[in-house]
Amino acid sequence: MPSYRELLAQVRAEIDEVDAVRGRALIENGDPIILDVREQDEWDEGHIPGAVHIPRGNLESRIEGAAPDRSRTILVYCSGGNRSAFAAKSLEELGYDEPVSLAGGFTDWKRNGFPVDVATGLDAPRRARYSRHLLIPEVGEQGQLRLLDSKVLLIGAGGLGSPASLYLAAAGVGRIGIVDADVVDESNLQRQIVHSTERLGESKADSAKRTIEALNPDVQVVAYKERLTSENVERILADGWDVIVDGADNFPTRYLVNDASVWHGIPVVHGSIYRFEGQVTVFKPGDGPCYRCLFPAPPPPELAPSCAEGGVLGVLPGVIGSLQANEALKLALGIGEPLVGRLLLFDALSAEFNEVAIRRDPECPVCGEHPTIADYVDYVEFCAGTREPA
Amino acid sequence: MSVIRIPPTLREQVGGVREVPADGETVRELLDDLMGRFPALRPQLVEDDELAPFVNVYVEGEDVRTREGLDTEVQPGATVILLPAMAGGRR
Repeated sequence: MPSYRELLAQVRAEIDEVDAVRGRALIENGDPIILDVREQDEWDEGHIPGAVHIPRGNLESRIEGAAPDRSRTILVYCSGGNRSAFAAKSLEELGYDEPVSLAGGFTDWKRNGFPVDVATGLDAPRRARYSRHLLIPEVGEQGQLRLLDSKVLLIGAGGLGSPASLYLAAAGVGRIGIVDADVVDESNLQRQIVHSTERLGESKADSAKRTIEALNPDVQVVAYKERLTSENVERILADGWDVIVDGADNFPTRYLVNDASVWHGIPVVHGSIYRFEGQVTVFKPGDGPCYRCLFPAPPPPELAPSCAEGGVLGVLPGVIGSLQANEALKLALGIGEPLVGRLLLFDALSAEFNEVAIRRDPECPVCGEHPTIADYVDYVEFCAGTREPA
Repeated sequence: MSVIRIPPTLREQVGGVREVPADGETVRELLDDLMGRFPALRPQLVEDDELAPFVNVYVEGEDVRTREGLDTEVQPGATVILLPAMAGGRR
């Protein structure tokens, strides 16, 4: 039975090792995956830039997620070169062609004066709160930090804004703006789950703020207790938003949001619902169509579908608003395939999704080649008798 | 014969059904057949004999405006989706 020393010597003889100087040359010329197998606290104190962190104890279970291609070189390091030697051996056993252990480890790397990233990382409570995000390679610590630094503006704290705001807040979006002039009404509670019975009569923006802050104190909520108009849209957007989630209930607001987003270059996650059916898409300025490419102008008032009278199945905004949160998170993280140029249709009765292609219109009056609209348009409200005062 | 999907906002004009079969080789012929039977749909779909700017028509998932508009051919059995602007959300 070998001692630890004997076993280490035996493993080191079987694997490839490089010193810090050759390791750095390998990083610069060979595009390896740099793998840090130390513990969390060691990683937090500093690591090699671009490294992936998988503690030695989780190596076998997580390495495939980080390095699916077995032919790619992996430069593995720890603090002194011992744990990384065993890690390299395990990688060989898992079928990786070229694991290389950094002899002398991170200690020697630093002694050579080579670059080091000090994690601005998550503290322990945040690491616990967002642990299910940290386990996803596409999110991870960097993605979570990005979410915590992102700013999402919600138009409406109603059916769509309820699930969207809850999931964005739970995900750790650092700043959430909520524009809503309404107060919580009994008829809202069948679907607007960010509010509650005890909040009847309270401002929806304030009520949503209270719910969100109770859910996640990391989130700063800006409540705009006003209806979005041509008068206030510039002021609200000046607060700086990365993504807008549009859950408005009327055409004038939809067109205001669209025109402002095109002029400010802010992507809009659009959702709408009626009875059993909903639609979701992403209008990303410069990248795909805008709302006016799809519908150049609102329908005349006498033909506009009635909103408040139409009714809606309570769970439908839960589906559509959650899909909006999904798109907003993807945009904030810069991952996946957002619904740009695709309109997703959901029918709750048949439980069917359909998708239609929507294209940029070169003749679009706002984002086209020769725009004809350069100022905000105040369209008349369509649902007479159901609107609140501006 | 093709199937036209009626959006929820226009179902009252067709007696509440979700799909209506219609005859025609182009979008124009299909819509004429549809609007002939359900005249209340006409102002919701066409304006000056053209497709109204607040409605989109998709044949097999493609916007007919990016093809030949009302003259876009429709193969038998194709699914046609009518999509008018819909605002609902917050309330």
